[in-house]
Amino acid sequence: MIYSLCFILFIIGLYGATCKKNIVKIILGLLIMEYSVNLFLILLGWRKNGVAPIIDSQTDMKTFVAHSVDPLPQALVLTSIVIGLGVLSLMVAISIRLYQRYGTFDITEMKKLKH
Amino acid sequence: MSDISLFIALPIGMAFFIPIVSRNIKWFPDIAGNFTTFVLMLLSLLTINQEIVYNVGNWKPPFGIVLVLDGFSCLVLIIVNLIGFFSTLFSVEYIEKMFTSKLRYYSLFLLMLAGMNGVVLTGDLFNLFVFLEIASVASYALVGFGCEARELEASFKYLVMSSIASTFILLAVALIYGRFGTLNMAHVSLMVQKYGMDNVIKFSAVLLFCGLAVKAALVPFHAWLPDAHPSAPAPISAMLSGVVIKALGVYVIARITYNIFEMDTMISSMFIILGIVSMMIGVLMALGQWDFKRLLAYHSISQMGYIILGLGLGTPLGILGGIFHLFNHSLFKSLLFLNSGSVEYETGTRNLEKLGCLSRRMPVTSFSSLVASLSISGIPPFNGFWSKLIIILAAIQAGRPFSALWAVIGSILTLASFTKVQRYVFFGHGKHFKLESLPQIKEVPNLMQMSMILLAILCTVTGVLALGGPNGIFGPVIDVLTGGPSAYILKVLGKQ
Repeated sequence: MIYSLCFILFIIGLYGATCKKNIVKIILGLLIMEYSVNLFLILLGWRKNGVAPIIDSQTDMKTFVAHSVDPLPQALVLTSIVIGLGVLSLMVAISIRLYQRYGTFDITEMKKLKH
Repeated sequence: MSDISLFIALPIGMAFFIPIVSRNIKWFPDIAGNFTTFVLMLLSLLTINQEIVYNVGNWKPPFGIVLVLDGFSCLVLIIVNLIGFFSTLFSVEYIEKMFTSKLRYYSLFLLMLAGMNGVVLTGDLFNLFVFLEIASVASYALVGFGCEARELEASFKYLVMSSIASTFILLAVALIYGRFGTLNMAHVSLMVQKYGMDNVIKFSAVLLFCGLAVKAALVPFHAWLPDAHPSAPAPISAMLSGVVIKALGVYVIARITYNIFEMDTMISSMFIILGIVSMMIGVLMALGQWDFKRLLAYHSISQMGYIILGLGLGTPLGILGGIFHLFNHSLFKSLLFLNSGSVEYETGTRNLEKLGCLSRRMPVTSFSSLVASLSISGIPPFNGFWSKLIIILAAIQAGRPFSALWAVIGSILTLASFTKVQRYVFFGHGKHFKLESLPQIKEVPNLMQMSMILLAILCTVTGVLALGGPNGIFGPVIDVLTGGPSAYILKVLGKQ
């Protein structure tokens, strides 16, 4: 159920990125898409009453297996957030330069490329 | 050559080292950039006929990240680093005159190279996504490197489409992880064999394919390519058209369809249809273009169609044709983009109507572009002829004569389009050509000439590589792809 909500968020982001005319809205759409995937990844590792997956001398293996969460998705999300930050900063930089050149954020006004 | 992690570590290290050191030393980026790509090229040539599985951090395969070097990745690695070296050789004088910031250029270039080497070598799905993004982000920045209105527009278009594709790939990786709890490609493949393709895996395969098809610019997903490739600086166009769409697109598609999920008739006919559509639409759009680089960009789409057609046939001969064409296309397309860069370097325009009569003033550029044009149009004895011949023969042998017919028609249209280029740029002249501008034009500087001459020689001699049939360098590639998932699993994970 909660996964399908993630997917709906993904579709909303896809709609924003593909159908909107304003550059800022396109960037927001891309961000929503990315964050929905991050949310999905983090939900994969979620567990009710989970404990941190650290083994020390007092840990009982049975309760550890029954309760510890999967740490890998958290590492993946961390990496993916950093990559997303890089792409976002490049996108914003390019859109500022585009605004300086064209004086607008509307992509339908930007048609200097020949078709 | 056993330490294959150098292919990733060396360019990433140099990419961050160059901007630190060269703030005050003007000549350093050139030397360091060229030295790095030269070393990488030599290292890649040393990997021929080797099979290495390298465990990063010494974690055993299903848990840690593995780097896998086999016949297929070896071939693509050689292509990436060879074209990378020729492009940096060309950049020394080109970037000096046309652009301002050399240290940022080389830094981004080496990051892109590191990303592609990583994509080719990795055996882990999430790691594949990370390297894909490193290479893509560097290439977005390089497409917009000139910071003029058009370049920024093309760069933004490329960025948006490619980011959506990357998100699709990430979602697919997340779904596969959620289903099987593993990210190792060989282990995923083992799980697919054990549990079969259920709906989640089918959905993620479709997402992966759509994402990678955007990176490879197959026709329904191609809209960014004709804008992005002409807007970049010429050596970067050579890298983008010659290598990036292959290493990020076709290589990963082939690896996933042949080695992770099994190749079946449905995927095969999908590849063939996509191949024929890309082949025809690319070449038909190219015929009407008057911008030199834009015309070449449309031809990239068309030639990618040949490669996908060859791979889609699925027979050993078809795979040989596809892989051989992949190799040849990277040589002659990067040569053609370097030629267009030289023409722009001397005349300041790339509009075919404003150019003319350059064969007398620029003999080296003119002759090497003639070699490349004959190669891409499939005239013997140049390399393009042999690979197209193998693809056409394979299509007939596989019982698909109509695909063969379309391939022949595409090749004839390619010849027509390159006759136009040669006539307007080098031998005849266009409508708006001014004769009085001609005496100031001279041949481009030495290093630019050298990289074009070396590529032209390679275009002529590599035709013999496939003469002995699928032996030598292409034999291991065919073994990897026809071996299917079981051979790949055996190589990475050992006996189960």
